[in-house]
Amino acid sequence: MTDMDLVNAVSEGRPRRSWTFTIGAVIVGLHLLVGLSTLFWTPYDPSAMSGGRLEVPSFEHLAGTDRLGRDLFTLIMIGSRIALTVGIGAVIIGGLIGITIGLIAAFASKTLDDMLAAGLDILIAFPTLLLAMLIVASSEGASLGTAIIAIGIANSAIVARLTRILAKRVLAMDYITASRISGTTWLGVVIIHILPNIWPTLLVNLALQFGLAVIAEASLSYLGLGAPPPNASWGRLLQEAQGTVYSAPFGAIAPGIALVSLVIGINLLADGLRDIADPTRRRRS
Amino acid sequence: MPAILSYLSRRLIILLVSILVAAMVLFLLLRLLPGDPANALVSVGADPEQIEAARRQVGSDLPLSEQFIHFVSSLARFDLGNSFVSHAPVLPEIGKRLAVTVPLTLMSFTLAIVIALPLGIIAAVKADRWYGWLISVVSQFGIAVPVFWIGILLVTLFAVNLRFFPSGGFPSRGWQRPEAAFDSLVLPVITIAIVMSASLIRYVRSATQDVLGSDYLRTARALGASFSEALIRHGIRNGSVPVISIIGIELASTLLGAVVVERVFSLPGLGSMLLLGIEQRDYPNVQGVLFISTLLVLLIGFAADLTQRIIDPRLRGRAAGSSR
Repeated sequence: MTDMDLVNAVSEGRPRRSWTFTIGAVIVGLHLLVGLSTLFWTPYDPSAMSGGRLEVPSFEHLAGTDRLGRDLFTLIMIGSRIALTVGIGAVIIGGLIGITIGLIAAFASKTLDDMLAAGLDILIAFPTLLLAMLIVASSEGASLGTAIIAIGIANSAIVARLTRILAKRVLAMDYITASRISGTTWLGVVIIHILPNIWPTLLVNLALQFGLAVIAEASLSYLGLGAPPPNASWGRLLQEAQGTVYSAPFGAIAPGIALVSLVIGINLLADGLRDIADPTRRRRS
Repeated sequence: MPAILSYLSRRLIILLVSILVAAMVLFLLLRLLPGDPANALVSVGADPEQIEAARRQVGSDLPLSEQFIHFVSSLARFDLGNSFVSHAPVLPEIGKRLAVTVPLTLMSFTLAIVIALPLGIIAAVKADRWYGWLISVVSQFGIAVPVFWIGILLVTLFAVNLRFFPSGGFPSRGWQRPEAAFDSLVLPVITIAIVMSASLIRYVRSATQDVLGSDYLRTARALGASFSEALIRHGIRNGSVPVISIIGIELASTLLGAVVVERVFSLPGLGSMLLLGIEQRDYPNVQGVLFISTLLVLLIGFAADLTQRIIDPRLRGRAAGSSR
């Protein structure tokens, strides 16, 4: 099972049209817009009591209020910002580390390459969440930063393995030999030949990692290992809602819908990206 | 020596080496992380002598190499040390918690396979029908849903509104009260099975699609076999090879991913022991849980590799370790 199969498996079964990209972009764009707008404006003060405790959804409070009387819709909007911050941060960290290690492994001697590959396999065998938990636990106190770094590092192993496989495939080509003979340095080979050839597949994989990072962030904060209050992460909202599930079951619905919609949006975006980035697929459809 | 035996012996050596390497990585990871394990024993603002005494007690004042030798030799005697907090030996505690986590994992896993196999095959064979398409779309949505949200929703529906099952907890006498123990695992098992079958369906479907496009299936049809006959006689064995390696990975990640589900349903399993250990900085407990779960993951991988060899004779000629 390679990452390519994973990438392919996600897309199959749905008609391959770029409408997936459009819908995905609209959903993610909406979350981005909402998340950014919370920097300037929210319907209510996120830390103030704006209504009674555990009010059911109404016109004033679209998603109801939490056990402290805070407006849930406001908190969910801020959750968009936190999810996107962690997701984007983790993808950037995971991408930088993963692509670097993957390229090193692809160029390295056989022994070093084998060692790196085996190490990556062990890392990948551990679920992202567990690695992230370890990293968060070992640092002094959980924060938004530790969550980003932890998820980023956990994801980098998958990116590294994919980069290694893709780069090796390109390195085996005759034009690499020709390029080397004509005097191109190894760095030049990476920039001129390897990166342009592998970025479409990498980009799709990074987009999928983005969706996984959003779920991982929510899980970490659900476990109490994510960003501490007053950061209103969706995972923490759901954890708090579980505590009041007998008196106010509606509290567990809205944050979950927000979370799932963002992940589906990202997955659709990844799917559409693949169709656009890969011309062979475009011709087939 | 028959090929399968030589494969078995080579694969066993790889297994042993990986266990040793995993122990080493785990040891280094926990030691290189900032923070001294002795910190768990002293209160904030302790004077240097108290800290020194705590470090001697824990053994963190010794050089790394001596600590590692001590760690490995204890492992060889099946001694995972004592908890810093409760001072109870770690291994029996893990055994007690496996009695929750292992049944939870195996039951969810079985249920997930029972759901995913037929649905995945239908999704591939009947892709042009509305229900085949529906299965694909629903499984697609399934992978976007975090497991703990499904857990919370199931609690809301079945434990709060319908009052069919307990919303969490586990009988204190455990499996001595089988019905109560089973009841408390129903919702967690369904939770994991839903998430797991969503991703399994996708693998089963793509494996079936590969089979459907294969030459051997066309040949079998040309020789007069009916479609379902050809699919059952040739398809299942061929299609199961990639699915088994996925099942191995999924089983391992369910085992470790039980952390979140155990938190949702407050089950006293391996995951909650790990979480508690991390919160209390109880290094022996964290180290023990991680080592035992790594061991289980490696054993599952070993079993999956071996099963693949038995099913697919083409793999038998290949050397151990090159299956990926």
